[in-house]
Amino acid sequence: MYRGALALFLGGLLLLAVPVFMAAPVGAETVFQELSGRFTVEGRYFPQSSIQSGQREQSASVVAEPEAYLENEAGHGLQFKPFLRYDSADPRRTHWDIREAYGLFFGEFEDSEWELRAGIDKVFWGVAESRHLVDVINQTDLVETPDQEEKLGQPMVHATWLNDYGAFEAFALPYFRKRTFQGRAGRLRTALHVDGEQTSYESAAKQHHLDLAARYSHSIDALDFGLAWFEGTNRSPAFSIGLDENGSPVLLPFYEQMRQISLDAQVTTGAWLLKFESFWRDGERNALALEEDFFALVGGFEYTWYGAFGGDTDLGLLLEFLYDDRGERSTVVTEGDVFSAVRLAFNDEASTDILFGIMQDLDKPTRSLFIEANRRLSDNISLGLEGTGFFNVDDNDGQFSLRRDSFLQIDLTYHY
Amino acid sequence: MNIFSLKSAALLSALSLSAMVAFSGNPAVAETPEEKGLRIALEGEARDKGFGNYTADQTMILRNKRGQESERNLRISVLEDEADGDKSLIVFNRPRDVKGTAMLTHSHKVEDDDQWLYLPALKRVKRISSSNKAGSFMGSEFAYEDMTSQEIEKYTYRWLRDEPCPGGELTCWVSERSPIDKKSGYTRQVSWVDQEEYRIWKVEYYDRKNSHLKTLTVPSHQQYLGKHWRADEMMMVNHLTGKSTRLIWQNYAFGADLDDSDFTKVSLKRAR
Repeated sequence: MYRGALALFLGGLLLLAVPVFMAAPVGAETVFQELSGRFTVEGRYFPQSSIQSGQREQSASVVAEPEAYLENEAGHGLQFKPFLRYDSADPRRTHWDIREAYGLFFGEFEDSEWELRAGIDKVFWGVAESRHLVDVINQTDLVETPDQEEKLGQPMVHATWLNDYGAFEAFALPYFRKRTFQGRAGRLRTALHVDGEQTSYESAAKQHHLDLAARYSHSIDALDFGLAWFEGTNRSPAFSIGLDENGSPVLLPFYEQMRQISLDAQVTTGAWLLKFESFWRDGERNALALEEDFFALVGGFEYTWYGAFGGDTDLGLLLEFLYDDRGERSTVVTEGDVFSAVRLAFNDEASTDILFGIMQDLDKPTRSLFIEANRRLSDNISLGLEGTGFFNVDDNDGQFSLRRDSFLQIDLTYHY
Repeated sequence: MNIFSLKSAALLSALSLSAMVAFSGNPAVAETPEEKGLRIALEGEARDKGFGNYTADQTMILRNKRGQESERNLRISVLEDEADGDKSLIVFNRPRDVKGTAMLTHSHKVEDDDQWLYLPALKRVKRISSSNKAGSFMGSEFAYEDMTSQEIEKYTYRWLRDEPCPGGELTCWVSERSPIDKKSGYTRQVSWVDQEEYRIWKVEYYDRKNSHLKTLTVPSHQQYLGKHWRADEMMMVNHLTGKSTRLIWQNYAFGADLDDSDFTKVSLKRAR
């Protein structure tokens, strides 16, 4: 209970951060301000007909993501970055969010450097490319992309202490964000509709449970590593089957309390990047709805052959192994998979690059193909191509409902 | 990218040399061309010592064979570190799709530099390989190795001859240096350094097949704090592709309020 109260208190503190910033540096005027951002127009095409009725073969979307930044004489900053998407096919993909809205303060104390961020922010942990395993602070904005790379803004107080022994970070997360899910008409959804209205929580404080996290990270020569601890609301929900208001079966998200201890590390030597991420997690239910503590890892490498074809083009090879020790009882689809990819960076004026990858399940025939390509058309405009193909999806695979949802996406972005 | 850390850049170091010490003539009777080449490089470096730190804006104008131009715009901060190697931070501003992307480099005299890239869309700091020496920087005619830390220890030197500098009025030493690192894209570089202020006026780059790949010319320099010479502009022409890059330096500020804490993985995420 006291945690709920503390969460409310911290939430109030966040709201105070803005006026405090405006008032605190008395006499210090804003010396730097900047307005930037992007508009994106995106089209998606699904070559296969849908499984669910009401789903379409194509969709169009527009995105606005402006960003405003103010900085005072002391270098302290205020950042505001809202996000808005309109989608033609899925009303649930039409959504908005505040990605960032925080005050930034920093300074030095003896031989240490400190930094404080208060407000809504995004934090990234990890080194791997195929899956961001240890990255746990922000909730996934799943309607954005199925690769789980897009995140919702997370309210937090984030303090950092940095000295010769490394960086020590502490996070207080007073409000929990629910994962976004596709609507009934959206593609890339689960077989049963996820009814977010009927979300439940293990904690009585529900979304106001105060989640806590800490991280220690350091760089020693070729090694960069981070050791982290998280205790609070699991960002990935468990599901149970229930009924909606019409009596149709739906999935009900349930957010447990969990504890996670993680290690991520990268060794950078010559053209080799050796990558490793792992965690031990307690408090999460497995696929049999039983609580089971477990261990998961992603490990592999990236090698780049610079000037591979005698010209400017760099050829990168990526190989990552994904593992979850629950095996068949795992709640993720990457319980024993190998990810391999080729990255081509042409290093031309348009910064053209292509990434082509395959995720292969080791026990089942399930295979996913990815392609991602980008090219700059002018100083302000860039073109992106993205595609995912689902092949041989096994009946028992978590992504069985995606078996006819292979898609190709083209996006055009204006940056300002 | 110590890309722009002129201090330790032997290529670029001569751009930035001061008139503190007058060059003292012929110290050794039987000086070999190799010894003389090294002595010029060392003196060049010595003259720029003590700049502390600086920030500057860079504009690159890339021009392709058909004459089409595109622009790169970035801000660089450099912190001098005589013991290990300079630290630098580059924040990209244009093209707009890479705006806010920042690169932190801790360079080292002998071993590989440490380099991190900050990607603002993901808020991700990524340690990257610094072994991409011969690759193009931002699609320009400048390679990473033209821009990164070019410590004296990383080359062998040979003085070739004295002749008038490009432009005519001053006398230049023409010397050659060869990279020790096999990952370099060059067999050798021939530079024109003036005998008054140790500024570089011209460099010819020879590729791995020893053909004349590129030429750098520096039309003008400016002196800062009464000591440190810096180029106003650099022009790099690629003779094989016909492409060129004009690099313009602006808003040099020496002695800013910068220290080690402005060149960490934590401050990298704040870079603007």
